[in-house]
Amino acid sequence: MKHIIVIGNGMVGYKFCEKLEAKGGLNSYNVTVFGEEARPAYDRVHLSEYFSGKSAEDLGLCNPNWYGDVGIRLKTSELVTEVDTEKKTILSHKGKQYNYDYLIMATGSIPFVPPIKGVEKKGVFVYRTIEDLDAIKDYGEKLKKGKCREAAVMGGGLLGLEAAKAVKDLGLNAHIIEFASRLMPRQLDDGASKTLQKKIESLDIGVYLDRKTEFISGEESIEGLKFQDDTALDCSMLVISAGIRPRDELARKAGVIVGDRGGIVVNDKMETSAPGVYAIGEVAIYNERIYGLVAPGYEMAEVVVNQLTGEDKRMPPEIDMSTQLKLIGTEVASFGEPFIEDEDTTPIVYENKQKGVYKRINISSDGQKLLGGILVGDSSDYSSLHQVYINGLRLPEDPETLIIGSVGGDGGVILDSVLELPDSARVCSCENVTKGRICDSLTDGSCCNLSDVVAATKATSGCGGCKPMVKDLVNETLKSMGQEVKEVVCEHFEYNRQEIYDLIKVHKIVSFEEAILRFGKGHGCEVCKPALASIFASIYNETANKQVSIQDSNDRFLANIQRNGSYSVVPRVPAGEITPDKLIEMGRIAKKYDLYTKVTGGQRIDMFGAKLEELPLIWKELIDAGFESGHAYGKALRTVKSCVGSTWCRYGMDESVSFAIELENRYKGIRSPHKIKGGVSGCIRECAEARCKDFGVIAVEGGWNLYIGGNGGANPKHAQLLAEQIDNETCIKYIDRFLMFYIQTAAPLTRTSKWLEKVEGGIDYVRQVVVENRLGIAEDLEKEMQGLINSYECEWKQAIEDPEMMKRFKHFVNSDDTDDNIVFVPMRDQKMPRPWK
Amino acid sequence: MQDLLNEYQTIGVDKVKVWVKAGTVDDFPTNGGACIKYKKKQIAVFNFTTMSRWYACQNLCPHKMEMVISRGMIGDKDQIPKVACPLHKKTFSLENGTNMEGEDYKLATYPVRIADGAVFVGFSE
Repeated sequence: MKHIIVIGNGMVGYKFCEKLEAKGGLNSYNVTVFGEEARPAYDRVHLSEYFSGKSAEDLGLCNPNWYGDVGIRLKTSELVTEVDTEKKTILSHKGKQYNYDYLIMATGSIPFVPPIKGVEKKGVFVYRTIEDLDAIKDYGEKLKKGKCREAAVMGGGLLGLEAAKAVKDLGLNAHIIEFASRLMPRQLDDGASKTLQKKIESLDIGVYLDRKTEFISGEESIEGLKFQDDTALDCSMLVISAGIRPRDELARKAGVIVGDRGGIVVNDKMETSAPGVYAIGEVAIYNERIYGLVAPGYEMAEVVVNQLTGEDKRMPPEIDMSTQLKLIGTEVASFGEPFIEDEDTTPIVYENKQKGVYKRINISSDGQKLLGGILVGDSSDYSSLHQVYINGLRLPEDPETLIIGSVGGDGGVILDSVLELPDSARVCSCENVTKGRICDSLTDGSCCNLSDVVAATKATSGCGGCKPMVKDLVNETLKSMGQEVKEVVCEHFEYNRQEIYDLIKVHKIVSFEEAILRFGKGHGCEVCKPALASIFASIYNETANKQVSIQDSNDRFLANIQRNGSYSVVPRVPAGEITPDKLIEMGRIAKKYDLYTKVTGGQRIDMFGAKLEELPLIWKELIDAGFESGHAYGKALRTVKSCVGSTWCRYGMDESVSFAIELENRYKGIRSPHKIKGGVSGCIRECAEARCKDFGVIAVEGGWNLYIGGNGGANPKHAQLLAEQIDNETCIKYIDRFLMFYIQTAAPLTRTSKWLEKVEGGIDYVRQVVVENRLGIAEDLEKEMQGLINSYECEWKQAIEDPEMMKRFKHFVNSDDTDDNIVFVPMRDQKMPRPWK
Repeated sequence: MQDLLNEYQTIGVDKVKVWVKAGTVDDFPTNGGACIKYKKKQIAVFNFTTMSRWYACQNLCPHKMEMVISRGMIGDKDQIPKVACPLHKKTFSLENGTNMEGEDYKLATYPVRIADGAVFVGFSE
C-alpha cells in the first residue's frame, strides 16, 4: 500500500483524515499524521469557549481513539524537521526517517508578532493554542489579585475580538488596540465598525482605533503600552492577535516554491511545485491569497482527498469568504464584496442607532444582482442574503426590502420558500453541503428529521451559521412529503425537547447561553430555561447549583415556594422507612424553626413556613442529622412508596420495603421531563398503590410484575403491565431502560402516562424497546442511567458547603433584615400563612 | 393591601432625586435577580447579562401581594425583556412593568445605573 504522510494535526489536517476515511481511502493508503502539539486536533474556531466552561476534551474534533480505530497512525508531540522531496522522505525531531508516496502539508500558521520593543516581556501572549490560553489564564488569575486588572488586546480583527471576550471572561478589564481606523477592517466598513464599537464599549471593553504601538513599557513584566501619538495605556497583560503568518519554513527549506510574502504556492488541485506534495489550509497560497477561514481549508482537504481517490475535483477560482458569527454578544456577518462602491454598484445602507443595527447591501447598478454586504447587530437575514448572493438569484423590484422588510410585510422576504433554491446551492460552506444533498437525504428515506440530516451530511457542524436555513429546508421538505412538522419548545428554540437533547449531547454543549447562541434565538424564558436545565441534568447529571439562573424558581432555591413566599422543606425518607431517632431529630428541628409539619402522600414529612434565609440553617441541621435532599421541589424522582411487605405482613410475597428503598436510592437526584414517582407492593392487595405511579412493582408468585405509566393528579391513569414474574435484577434493568428512554424522548412537563399515550405503538412499542431491545439501544440506556446514578450528589449539601452558593438565600442584598411582609396566623396548634384576600 | 401597592410608583430617569447604592455588580446573580431594601420599599433588581442591561421593579407581586418578584425567572418575549412571577408564572415587561398576558396587573419600574462596579437604583425621594 502507498503511504501518505500528513504534517500537521490542526483542523484542516484532521478534516483531510476524516474525509479520506469516509471516502474509503484507507483501503488503499497507509496514513501517518504528525502533530507538533501534545493533543490531537481541536476546534480552534471556538477556542474562546475554553474560557466559558469548555474543557480541552470538549474542544476535540473527534474521540482521541478514532485515529487508532480507523487505522491511522497519529504521532503527537513529534515535530517534522526536514523534508526531502527528491528521496520522498521526512525526518522528525526524534531523528526518525519516514518514506512517503504523498505528502500533505497542513502546517497551518503562527500568530504574527509585530517587531515592537518589549514584546519579550512577561505578560505578553499570543492567542492560538490551548497552551497559549492556559498561560493567559494563569497569568490572569495572578493579575486579579494585584491592583492593575487592565489587559490589552492588540488587533481588532475577528480573532482579536474573540481574545478580548476571553480576557473579559477571565474577570479582567479588556482594551482593544487596533492599528487601522476601524474594527475588523477586512470585513466591515466605517459605519458597521462604529455600530460594533458602540456595542462593545457598552460592555465596558475599551476600543482604541488608529493606534500604532511604539513600545511596551515595564521592567521585567509589561506595565503599559506607549503609542506613536504620545498617548499611553496602563496594562498588565497584552494578548497579540495581529494576524497570521503561514508556517512554510519546512517547505522553504526543502526547496518547494513559496510566495513572496510566504505561503506554499499551490494550483487548483492543491499540488505544490514538488511532485506528490500537497499543501492545504492556512499554509497554502492559492490565487495569490492565504485563506484564514476554516471553510476554504476544509474544501482544500476535500480536493486533495478527491485527487488521491481517483476523482478530479478542483478548487473553484473564486473562494467564498463570507462569515457570520457572534462576537462579544453581537451578531456580525459579511459576505461577497462588502465594500465596493463604484459606478457599477449601488450600496443600500440601513442604520438604527437606537437598536445598534447596521445593514448594508451592495447591488449591481442594473438592480439585478446582490454583490455583497455587511450586517451588524442583527444578522438574521444572513442565510437568505448569502444564498441570493452565492446563487446569483434575481432581486426583488425594491431591493431595500431585503434588509428593511416591505411595508406591512414580515421583513426580508426574498424566497417564498427555501425549496426555490437550486439543488446546487451550497447551504453549508464549512462542510460543503448542497441543498440537493439535504433534501435528497430526506426524500430517499435515509433521514427523517433534523438530527438525522446533521449526522448524515455534517451540515451545520462547522460554524453553525447555516443552522436556520438547514432547519427550514428540513421542515419544508418534510412538509412537501406530507409529514407534519412537530411542536417546538417555545419562541426561542424551534426544536422539540428531544432534538435539543440530541443537539446538546452531540455538540457537547455545557451551558444554556451556549445552547441558545448556537441553536436558538433571543434570551430564553421561563419555558425553555427549565426545559434545558432538565436536559443538562439528564446528560451531565449536574445539580441545580450549577446553572442557577435557568432553574425554575423552586429548583433555584432548592425548596417549594408556598402561598406567602415562604418555603417548605422535605428531606428524603426512602420508601417511608424512618427510625425513631431520626423522627425525633426532625421534630426537634421543626420545633426550633417553628415549622408547620404534615405527612405527605409520598410517605414523608413536609415542613412548611421556612423563610428564605432560614433554609440553609435548617438544612445544615438536617444534614448533620443524616438527612439529604428529597427533591420535592424538582422535576425529579420524588418517592418510591411501599407497603411493609413480607417482613411484617402476613400476606406479603416479597420484601417490598427493601426493594423500594433500593429503587429510591438508585434513582434519587435524577432529573426528568416531569416528576417521577414509584411504588412497590408486597402482594396484589396493592397497599402501596404502585399502579398509580410512573413505575410500579408488585410481588406475585415467581417474582415481580412491573407496571409503567401511571399517575394520580387531574387525570388519573393506571400503570400498564410491562413485564411479568421477573427477578430484582431484571426489574431494575427494565426500569433503568424505561426511565432513560422516557427522559430522552418526552416533551417538557410530560408525565410518563401522557408520554406513553403519545408514543406510536404505545406500551407494545415501549416493551419492544425496553424488554426485547428492538432498537439495540438497551445497553446504552442502561449505561447512561448508571452514569447518572454514579454521579449523584446531594445538592443541599453542595449548597451549604459553598459560600458563593449561599448568597442566593438572603432576602435582601443590602440588608440582613427578613421580609416583614410574611405574616403567619395560628391554626390547630400550628401556624399557617395569612390567607389571601 | 391597596396602600401597599400604592407605595410603588414608576420613576422615570428624569424624576430621580436620589441614586441609592444597591450593592456591587457581583452581589447580583448573572441573568437573574435579587431584592434590595430602601426605606420601607422592597425592590427587585435584575442583572440581564445576556442583554447587558439592568432593570429594577417592585418586589411585590401585584396579584397576590407577596414579596417574590426578585426570585422570578427572566427572559424575553419578542425581544422585550420580562420576568415571570414564581407564584403563578404571570409575566411582566421589565421595560415598563405591564403584564404580558394582557391582564391589568402592573409593576412599578425604577431606573438603574452602574458606575465603578456598583449598582444604583433611582428614587424620587
